Amino acid sequence: MIEVKNVHKAFGDRMVLNDISFVFETGKTNLVIGESGSGKTTMLKIMVGLHNPDQGDVLYDGRSFTSSSEKEKQEVRKEIGMLFQGGALFDSLTLEQNVAFPLDMFTDMSKSEKEDRVNFCLKKVNLEGRNKLFPSELSGGMKKRAALARAISNEPKYLFCDEPNSGLDPRTSLVIDALIKQVTEDLGITTVVITHDMNSVMEIGENIMFLYKGNMWWQGSKKEILTTDNQEILDFVYASEFLKQLKPRK
Amino acid sequence: MKLLFNIGRYFILLKRVFGKPEKFSVYYKQILYEIDSLGIGSLGLIAIISVFMGGVITIQSAYNFTSPFIPLYAVGLGTRESIVLEFSPTIVSLILAGKVGSNIASEIGTMRISEQIDALEIMGINSAGYLILPKIVAAMFINPFLIVISMFLGILGGYLMGVASGACSSYEYIFGIQSFFVPFNIYYSITKTIVFAFIITSVAAYQGYYTSGGALEVGKASTRSVVYNSILILIANLVITQLMLVG
Repeated sequence: MIEVKNVHKAFGDRMVLNDISFVFETGKTNLVIGESGSGKTTMLKIMVGLHNPDQGDVLYDGRSFTSSSEKEKQEVRKEIGMLFQGGALFDSLTLEQNVAFPLDMFTDMSKSEKEDRVNFCLKKVNLEGRNKLFPSELSGGMKKRAALARAISNEPKYLFCDEPNSGLDPRTSLVIDALIKQVTEDLGITTVVITHDMNSVMEIGENIMFLYKGNMWWQGSKKEILTTDNQEILDFVYASEFLKQLKPRK
Repeated sequence: MKLLFNIGRYFILLKRVFGKPEKFSVYYKQILYEIDSLGIGSLGLIAIISVFMGGVITIQSAYNFTSPFIPLYAVGLGTRESIVLEFSPTIVSLILAGKVGSNIASEIGTMRISEQIDALEIMGINSAGYLILPKIVAAMFINPFLIVISMFLGILGGYLMGVASGACSSYEYIFGIQSFFVPFNIYYSITKTIVFAFIITSVAAYQGYYTSGGALEVGKASTRSVVYNSILILIANLVITQLMLVG
């Protein structure tokens, strides 16, 4: 479980996050949704320690992260897997070297154990047999899947996904969503997905937080989001004229 | 103020670079990779430049030594001293500042803007140590070898050009390069080279590590790295020369 408590963040005079509190539950895919510029990515960066909040704290299973020392933060980070928006695979390493990277750094696994783990992770994301390819040889969807394989290779307790569907076609997006949901259930981890993709919300949104102009505006499940009266959410969910026609009438 | 800010941030980065490595075996492999990438990869360029520069120094020396009171073996002697004292350690380091420095700045800069450095940090890895320390160690180790090879090839190039152009005879040149040899000069050159290697890698890595934005900023960081490295190498050259040869 990850708990965000009263987090404030401003860049200069611009308030980006205003008193955000939320509980990200274990074994569920927790979604942070909102329009571009609503503070989603800043929130993610605060949660993983790339930004420090002006006020507030982030707790990993009760362990304070924000106020901890750099060494303590590094220990928590070893339990974190992250899927970046662009994949952030290491260009100079092959797929298998990318996936094995956290294992090389933090485990004493033998070579064969590492190979088994890498193959298991690549199979999990449907990339078996592509071990020797370099990131430059992969399509956008394959990069995302490879990055997901790297994120789960060291059996993380917490998985963060930043816009996992950006730049992907709807069918590949569904594959990524299904993988995230499957990994979360199989490993029993706490998954946090930052997205503004409504398909993702409806596919994997078990515990949803809606950010609006830096404020924690709404929370609920994917079923509740369709029936809410909250105007800002309705504007977000039914953004296009096409979707407005599909809006259920009360 | 900006200069002080950058100097302060550079030393803070160095503190992180020399932090305890997460796993020595991984760093060891990285150092070997960087030795190949930064050092062996520069060998061809250094060889070509050294041979031609050696030849030019010999011809220019012969052209200027017109007095009948100056023996022709002074051509070999002058070529050797020019190459050992200045050309190989300083000029070759300036060339490496361009080739290796811009390579390091753009590589690390690209990793920064494509979130690869963030990925390392989130994994709990000291990204500064992992990315920069192997480059510094590799360059400080391999550059002295490159400079010694450059000295040899420069003197060889001088011999070939000197004899081929008729600037001096084979006997005079070889007699010249063996005359009045001061072993301390090699020690001085190697010391300079090691200091320059540290400057080249650390300054370039600093420029790349704090890149923000996109491809344009990576290009600017690469250019800044070459400019600052060149200036710092010239300043360090003056200081080391004063300390070791005069002071």
